[in-house]
Amino acid sequence: MAHIEVDDIHVYYGNIRALQGISFKVEKGAIVTLIGANGAGKTTTLNALSGILGLREGSIHIGDTNISDFMPHQLIPKGIVHVPEGRRIFARLSVDDNLAMGAFTRNDKAELSKDREYVLEMFPRLRERLDQTAGTLSGGEQQMLAIGRALMSKPDVLLLDEPSMGLAPVLVEQVFNSIIDINKTGVTCMLVEQNAYMALQIASYGYVLEGGRIALEGVAQELAKNEEIKKAYLG
Amino acid sequence: MAFNIVASSFEQKYIERSQWHMTGMTGFIFGFVALYFNFVGLMTQFMERWIIEGVLTLAHLTIMGVALFGGVTIAIRSKNLSAAGKVANGAAVGAMIGIALSLLMLFMTQLDIRFMFVALSNKLFLFLSWKQGLEGGITLQIVLSAALGALGALIVVMPKVLRRPLIWGLSAVFIVGLFSELIQLVMQYEFILGFRDWFFTWEGQRVQGAMVVFVVSFSAMLFWTIRGGAVKERFGQLSPSGQKSIRYFGWACALILFLLFPAAAGSFFGQVMMYVGLFILMGMGLNLELGLAGLLDLGFVAFFAAGAYTIALFTGEHELQILLLDRPLTWWEALPLAVLVSVAIGFMFGIPVLKVRGDYLAVATMGLGEIIRVVVLSDMAAPLLGGSQGMLHIPRPSLFGWELNDPIYLFYLTLVCASVAGYFAWALENSRLGRAWMAIREDEDVGQALGINLVNVKLLAYGLGAAFAGLAGAIFAVMLTSIFPHSFQLLISINILALLIVGGLGSLPGVVVGAAMLIGTPELLREFGEYRFLAYGAVLIAMMRIKPIGLWPSAARKREIQSAEEIEASIREQMEEEGQRT
Repeated sequence: MAHIEVDDIHVYYGNIRALQGISFKVEKGAIVTLIGANGAGKTTTLNALSGILGLREGSIHIGDTNISDFMPHQLIPKGIVHVPEGRRIFARLSVDDNLAMGAFTRNDKAELSKDREYVLEMFPRLRERLDQTAGTLSGGEQQMLAIGRALMSKPDVLLLDEPSMGLAPVLVEQVFNSIIDINKTGVTCMLVEQNAYMALQIASYGYVLEGGRIALEGVAQELAKNEEIKKAYLG
Repeated sequence: MAFNIVASSFEQKYIERSQWHMTGMTGFIFGFVALYFNFVGLMTQFMERWIIEGVLTLAHLTIMGVALFGGVTIAIRSKNLSAAGKVANGAAVGAMIGIALSLLMLFMTQLDIRFMFVALSNKLFLFLSWKQGLEGGITLQIVLSAALGALGALIVVMPKVLRRPLIWGLSAVFIVGLFSELIQLVMQYEFILGFRDWFFTWEGQRVQGAMVVFVVSFSAMLFWTIRGGAVKERFGQLSPSGQKSIRYFGWACALILFLLFPAAAGSFFGQVMMYVGLFILMGMGLNLELGLAGLLDLGFVAFFAAGAYTIALFTGEHELQILLLDRPLTWWEALPLAVLVSVAIGFMFGIPVLKVRGDYLAVATMGLGEIIRVVVLSDMAAPLLGGSQGMLHIPRPSLFGWELNDPIYLFYLTLVCASVAGYFAWALENSRLGRAWMAIREDEDVGQALGINLVNVKLLAYGLGAAFAGLAGAIFAVMLTSIFPHSFQLLISINILALLIVGGLGSLPGVVVGAAMLIGTPELLREFGEYRFLAYGAVLIAMMRIKPIGLWPSAARKREIQSAEEIEASIREQMEEEGQRT
């Protein structure tokens, strides 16, 4: 059974229709990417998944649970965590406090320190800057912190919104490598990206969004070879 | 949120200007300040007030102080000048101030503008001209102001060994003179009366008193400047436990002095300190809402009112209370009720504004606060809450059959309440809830995505913040034994907000410092009437310009500023290195 199952969802901003019937599935332990141009509805889809936006029609299931009407804070206990667009770390708190906030709902102390260690191992830069105010980190470090903070909740599903945004190519590669590492521990990843080339390299399956609809889908490697996509997104 | 920008803007850096421009501007600004003091009538009032009896009035000191500070300012700002250049510029600034005052004198003699400016009296002219007539006065004023400006610059350029004791000595004389009446109030005991009368008259301090104050504070500071390093070094050589015990001993002494002070100093000080205590309580409450959770609340006074009115309803003779209970409650029994009612009002307050953010929240809460005041004033609630007549005859609390009827007892009551509340505030700050508050202050959406229940956490911020204000209200009700709607104006909310910002947003010690500064000092300077609010406004503006993070910022804020400064420094270094390479 699919880990995430989105069935014909319609999302509106007021009267403006943003998503008009999107359906897709993400298998357990997979990396699936959602690519598309600006305004295609990528972020809207993720926000609908994480409960920030309500659905007008359709349903979202995580495993057996229907999460269509869940509030954002109810999703963490279900193992779903959202790394929002633009990183949005807590700029005035220290790096350590940011990580602690990621584990807000947990109270298993022993496991928690193990996960903290795991995150710091994955992003050694964060260990060097534990006491620093998060707002003073560089863009790449902030992205690492945003992912690290999400991992502190010990998720089964990681929703990543544009992790490559505004980063230098070297850092993009570093961030994507860490996504692969996280995925290897069994975390299902849903990756929304403008950088279609990179996203299709690490994903197993991909969906192309266009005007709030899924225009194309397929195995990632094949999508990467698709002439239309090459023309539209890969240049 | 725009408010954040105000409270968190770092110190603005001065743009490099030419020396002429800087000196001219400084002279202009300080000249304007000097004229302003005269026009609003501050001088006329200050003339009545001796700092050193028969020698110097507060007006003299103010007008001279303006010239002095003009010199200090220009000397600090002109970084590239030699010492002599700084002094010369100081003199120039001083002379400009003198010219401004001379122009005023000229106007006063040539034009009759008293019908517009009541303050420009003949007495003021005599004061400004040092009783030397127009020409003599103008010459003297310009020369004197220039000399004072030069002196101000001189203070800046003189070596630290001399500067620090001098500043301390002069400030000590000024402060002792300003508060001489209050100091005499404290010295009310038979055995120091002779000593007191040698130092002071009821008009101000005597010349010999001022000299003793100056010499003592000057030499104490001189000793510390020269030998202080050695003392610190010896302290550093002590074992850590020894250091600790000395430090604890120091704190214990300070605490005991603080505890004994109002009892020894009399009711007036008890009253003032108690009033400060009430604002500390409310400040801690608003600090939870604003400092931690980032919820700007301008209707905070409503919770204060709720506490006060609950006490009045349940402890006084009142129809409702006769209907519900067979006897009036004691204050102690009504206290938990007052806090609970405030918490309930806090929740009710929070619900309609749950989805309102930032500046809009400030306006919405202001409206809610006013609604509560207007409801209390209304005819509808008048039978219950007394309308504009207020509620009278609230009995004072008693402890073991002993009525707490003196402000000093009430001060101790406030102190106990504030300590308990302070402990709770501290514990909350470091709790899970405190962290959740900080997270939603930074980013509501992300906080929610990390599992924070926004509704609960926000309502708890309003409710628990209100509890502190309710406690303060409960004490306030018995302080005056009667309460009126006009005691719960919007101004109270704004005062609390101001004291938080001056103290340092999000910092508990900052609340105490801010309350002492903004509530305590104006109370002590009551004799200056409305003018103290002029000073109050000036202090607020100066604080926002000079030290926008507050007098005692929280550790996190300090760290934030520090790391921002470090980064700035490293960027500058890098740029300089690159500059050298090319």
